[in-house]
Parts: sequence; C-alpha cells; structure tokens
Amino acid sequence: MTRHLAGRIGQALLASFGVLTIVFFVMRLSGDPTLLLVPEGASAEQIAQLRHQLGFDRPVPVQFLAYLGDLVRLDFGESLVQRAPVLGILAERIPYTVALASGALLVAWGVGLPAGIAMAVWRDRWIARLLQALVLAGQSLPTFWSGILLILLFGVTLRWLPTSGVDGPLSLVLPSLALGAVTMSSFARMTRSAVLDELGRDYVNAARARGLSRSSAVARHVLRNAAIPVVTIAALEIGNLLAGAVIVETVFAWPGIGQLAIQSIQSRDFLVVQAVVLFVSLVYVACNLLADLAYAAIDPRIRMRA
Amino acid sequence: MKSVPIAIWVVLSVLALFVLAAVLAPELAPFDPLRQSLLLRLKPPGTVLGGRSFLLGTDDLGRDLLSRVLFGARVSLLVAAVAVVLSLVVGTALGLAAGWFRGWTAVVIMRSVDTMLSIPAILLAVLTVAVLGPGFLNLVVVLGLTRWPRYTRVAYGQTLQVAALPYIRAAEMAGCSSFRLLWRHVLPNIAGPLLVVATAEFGLMILFEAGLSFLGLGIQPPAPSWGAIMSAGRAYVERAWWLTVFPGACLFAVVLCVNMAGDWLRDRIDPRSVSR
Repeated sequence: MTRHLAGRIGQALLASFGVLTIVFFVMRLSGDPTLLLVPEGASAEQIAQLRHQLGFDRPVPVQFLAYLGDLVRLDFGESLVQRAPVLGILAERIPYTVALASGALLVAWGVGLPAGIAMAVWRDRWIARLLQALVLAGQSLPTFWSGILLILLFGVTLRWLPTSGVDGPLSLVLPSLALGAVTMSSFARMTRSAVLDELGRDYVNAARARGLSRSSAVARHVLRNAAIPVVTIAALEIGNLLAGAVIVETVFAWPGIGQLAIQSIQSRDFLVVQAVVLFVSLVYVACNLLADLAYAAIDPRIRMRA
Repeated sequence: MKSVPIAIWVVLSVLALFVLAAVLAPELAPFDPLRQSLLLRLKPPGTVLGGRSFLLGTDDLGRDLLSRVLFGARVSLLVAAVAVVLSLVVGTALGLAAGWFRGWTAVVIMRSVDTMLSIPAILLAVLTVAVLGPGFLNLVVVLGLTRWPRYTRVAYGQTLQVAALPYIRAAEMAGCSSFRLLWRHVLPNIAGPLLVVATAEFGLMILFEAGLSFLGLGIQPPAPSWGAIMSAGRAYVERAWWLTVFPGACLFAVVLCVNMAGDWLRDRIDPRSVSR
C-alpha cells in the first residue's frame, strides 16, 4: 500500500512539474515574453526596463528556476493591468467557479446516476432506449449552444430565471444546467456500464435464489459494488468541469476564473491567464491522484495488485 | 460482415450532406457570405425582400445567414479534419516509437503523454492561441499539437502487443529495417483502434474549434465559422435568436452524427466494448 501511494504521489508530482514546464514554454512561444506583458504603446525604453525588472534578460534555464521558485511560494507575479498580485485576483474569482462547478456536479449526479441505473436495469425496455438517445445527445451538445438555448427559453421567452451575472442563487441555475449536461451524460454512461457489469455476476443470482426480489438485489448489492468505479471516475470529471467553465462563464457573464481568463486575454494580462491555466491543471492532477487513492482505499484488489 | 444498421446509414448520409454542403458552398450559397447591407440588418428567417429571399434571415451586418452557415461548414470541418490528421500523425508516430524501442524512449514519451493529459486541452489551447494570436493556421496547429496523447496511448499499447507476435520477429530476422517493419507490418495491424480514436476526436475537434471561435480566439471575423457566427450572434440573442440557434443546430447535428458513427465503429472494431 505504501509503495502504491508513493508511486501515485510521485506520478502526480511529475505531472505537475510537466504542467509547469509546458506552461512556461508556451508563454515564451511568442519570443520575448516582455512584449506580452507591456501595456500597448510602451516605448522601447520602458520595454527594456520591464524586461530587466522581470528578469527576462537572464538565460532561460535561470528564468525557469526562478519561475519554479516563485510558484512554490505561491507567487504568481503581479498583474500589470490591475496593479495587484495575481493570487489575490484569482482568489476573488475562485468561489464563483466552485459554486458553478458544484451546481453542475449536482445536476450531473442528480440526473446522471438514476438515469444510468435505469438504463442498466431496464436495458431492453423503451425507456432505456429513450434515455440512451438523450445521453448521446447530451454528449454532443456544445455547452455554449445549450447555454444560449436555455437563455432563450427560460430568460427571454418565459422570463423565469436570470440569464447573466450574479443576482441571487437563482442565477446559478441555468449555468449549472448548461455545464452539467455533458458531465451528466458521461456519468449516466459510466453508471450504466458499472451496473451492467455487476448485474451479470454470480452473487446477483445467489441473492435472487435466496428469494430476494430483483429490485432489492439491485438496491442492496449491485449498487454498492457498482458505486466503486462511479465514485472514483466522478473525481476526474471535476477537472473537466473547471475547464468547461471557461465557455459557460463567458455565455452567462458569470464572474469566475474562466471569465477572468478570457477577460485577461482581451486585456493582454498574461500572468493572470497563466495562473488560471496552472490552477485548473493542478486541481486536475490533484483530482486524478485523489481518484486513484480513493479507488485503492475502497477496493482492496487494487492495493494488492500494486 | 454484419450488416450496417439503418440508423448508421442515416447518420452517414447526414454527415455526407454536410460535407457536400461544405464542398459546394460557393455554388449553393445564395449570396456572398461577406457582403454587408445596412438595410438588411437582423431580418428574421424567411424574409423576402425585392425578390431575394433570406431563408435563415440575416445577421447584424445584413449578411445572409444561410450563406454564412454554408461557408462556416467549410471552415469548421476543414479545421477539425486538418487538426485530426496532424494529431493522428504526431501521436501515432510517438506511440509507435515508444512501443517499438521501449526503454528510455518509452518512459520519456509516455510521461509526456501523462503530463499533456493532465492539462485540460481547451485551456492549453486558450493559453497558446492567446500567446500566438488567433487565426486559421495557429488554430489548426494548436489543436493538432494538444490532442496527440490519446493516439500515442493507443498506438503504444497496440504496438507492444503486435511487436511480440512471431511474424514480426520473422520479418526482423529476414533483415527488415525498423522503419519498414513499423510502416508495413505494425501500422496496418493497429490502424483499427486508432481510427476509432480519430473518429471520437473529430467530434471533439469540431467542438473545440467552435468553442475557441466562440470565445474570440479561433476563426476571426469576418470569416464565417459556426462558432464565430454564434459569438457575434450572442449579443443579439434577445432580438435575433436565429443567429445562434441555426449554426448551433448544425454543430450539434454534425457532432451527434460523428459520435454515433464513432460508437458504432468502436463496437465493430472492439467487440469487447459492446453493451457498454
């Protein structure tokens, strides 16, 4: 178990380091990163001064080490547009994205799990076919289109719900639906295949032979076992939700980190963009790690294999 | 050979129609997709004015939406197709190399795969396009170079399996060079699963292109792409629903068909995954 743990953590650290490296080099793709950071219309002298101030006149390996050192100390630099530390700007926006992602996760769980179970248990009935068609549709929905359709239906036509910005908890409903739809489909698919796997096992027949009805065999035995893959894979979806938030937040003018990233690109505030990408990627790596660890903790077979 | 189900024929026909519409856009489009007219701003679908009919209405600059959607199909499908081919080639080459040479080559390549997969692709694309600047070429390169790891994973696993087979050893002993072996004997045997990945990726690429263009980071106005048309239409959602609904419906239809075709293909090529 300890070896398994150490291996997983080592992998996660390596992936985090890789993420930092990739982001560092992407920021330098344009050649001189100073040009990304100066306000438009700066003189050559100002540019040279800033280049020296930010240390971009040093050799690249030295810059990379300095960059790693800064990040370890959670120093993402200072926004040249807002004249404030990037960390603070990011921290202000994170709660909004967390709220949106939680809402989406709630939608995805609340609808995806029952739908997946229904698809497996009634696999040959028309309801399963209908649900499967809906799941397939949900997977192919572009979030910005479903977002706009929701705005048109509930905001413009019915006028039931607010369509943009933050105005009480109701504002969260439409963005959560738009963001949750895709995740919901993948939850439903995963749940279906996990439940189907378990339904075919001998213990189900054994339970039935003992006189349990089909529904109580499902409720008492199948769902518990099927929950293992479903719970752990769900952790992986959190990273995808954060990435999807970039588009949904733009559609609904939701002031989270996704909107922050897009606004910062428009105002050429690249250190903020970099911080958002790093933050989401590191959360993604952490979720992966947690999923692996949770999987091992729940299912002894995985621990033994490692 | 199992017969092809009717649903798949329908799906493939719809896709063929979209491809045809994209190829024939210059002939099919009733108007120049870039020609503006202030008198024709935001006309609803079905407007007939002075003997000219605007089937899907017009946009905020008075351009014919049907023509723009037709030309948009060209851009959207072309970007996705080129990006898929690029990532397929890069990813497969790396996977073949890792599976064939193993050792350090494999460690380095497969660790890079893990890393690439831990950055959400859309964010990496957002950052890269933001740094490099938007445009057709940058978009294709960025999408192509961020989406290769899935192919590498599949190609690596498959190559490991195939390389252990006796006929490969035989060919090796017959003096076949590594390159020729990989190209003539390994690649054809691992093409099926790669094709399945490529199909799924094609649907994703279309969504990525549309998403980036919607965010203003992809195809730049006035060029039409479905995402770019919707991005411009977003501001008029209350007055002109057609600007976002029609291009979005095309996008949804194409991606849905690609996904259905992809699922079917996967079940055909990998029978173990049927029922999932």
